[in-house]
Amino acid sequence: MHIYANPKRFLSLAQWLTPLLFWSGLALSLGAIAWGMVNVAPDRLMGESVRILFIHVPSAWLGMGGWAGIAISSAMLLIWKHPLASIAARAIALPGMTFTAICLATGSIWGRPTWGTWWVWDGRLTSMLVLLFLYAGYIALAQATAREGGSTKIAAIFGIVGAINIPIINRSVVWWNSLHQPPSITAGGSSIDASYLWPLLAAVIGFSLLFGGIVLMRMRALIAEQQVEARLRRRALDDDAPRAAVPIAETA
Amino acid sequence: MKAKHQRLALVVLALVAIIAAGLIATWTLRNQANYFYLPEQMVAQPPAVGQAVRLGGMVQAGSITPQPDGITVKFVVTGNETSTIPVQYSGILPDLFVEGSGVVADGSLDASGVFQATNLLAKHDENYVPRELEGLEAHEAADYVDTTVGMD
Repeated sequence: MHIYANPKRFLSLAQWLTPLLFWSGLALSLGAIAWGMVNVAPDRLMGESVRILFIHVPSAWLGMGGWAGIAISSAMLLIWKHPLASIAARAIALPGMTFTAICLATGSIWGRPTWGTWWVWDGRLTSMLVLLFLYAGYIALAQATAREGGSTKIAAIFGIVGAINIPIINRSVVWWNSLHQPPSITAGGSSIDASYLWPLLAAVIGFSLLFGGIVLMRMRALIAEQQVEARLRRRALDDDAPRAAVPIAETA
Repeated sequence: MKAKHQRLALVVLALVAIIAAGLIATWTLRNQANYFYLPEQMVAQPPAVGQAVRLGGMVQAGSITPQPDGITVKFVVTGNETSTIPVQYSGILPDLFVEGSGVVADGSLDASGVFQATNLLAKHDENYVPRELEGLEAHEAADYVDTTVGMD
């Protein structure tokens, strides 16, 4: 991992990986959603509304996977002080929050015709809403420390502590009686019919590739932002002290 | 011990402590955080008459009996055990409300032990089955899924 501590090496890798992930992910996601919209039979109980499955489930996966990524990056920052770790965590936060919001919105729309309600305060729905708020808190904290020049460790600790919500979301429908049904896909197998399962898997893979592409894009933008700031800072110092002999090292 | 290993140990220790705290908190919450009572829980520890609670379970097959007034239905909710709770509800039924499916009812027990529901929510199970199997009963469709996709 440490060979990518050099941002140049990381950027040359990201340069060709970003469009590859983004466009393949977009094509696969749209293809899987279109297949789900057109080519899948209505569910025996839910009817046509089963088609929202192909957006709801990948979004939920990325909402939780995003926070897992933040937690892993945070641990890498605290333990190995990897210079890209805080950038990666900041880059993940916004798309992770977006997919969490999509998950909550599609779930609510789905809940109205199937359960008969837009929202209930059961374990699964509440813990997912808490995840959305955790993302908002993380983004505010990481931006504040980035702008005000505080330590990136504060956001990293928050990222690790917030990870406790992920197993709670996962287990919420097993530990507690909830309106949301228990998991359909477990280690023992799947209770989703194969005609739904394959486009669902394609959608999950496609959304994940797209997510990876967006995260790389945002990491490149954040690195560029840091380099611009470092250059401006150096220039400002040069103007103040034109005869300064020692050049100030770029922090990026 | 290198500083890096010290930090690794500290972060791992912190993670273990956080996970343990979360598990203990959720474990102690397990009875309070339930969204509804199962029939066996309601029979074992009945809530006070008139106290607003939720009852969740399966609609017993053959138990839905529409009343002569046209908007009231009576049915029986079963859980994982043999205990059952009779329910009475007046109002519009959700689309997924069928015999053998899951239901969550808001309401309260009356003096005669009948659960007077003020609102019904349908609960979907974890099975997703296309409509080609519509002729099958819900439990038969579930069996079909078990045999074809290899569920546990």
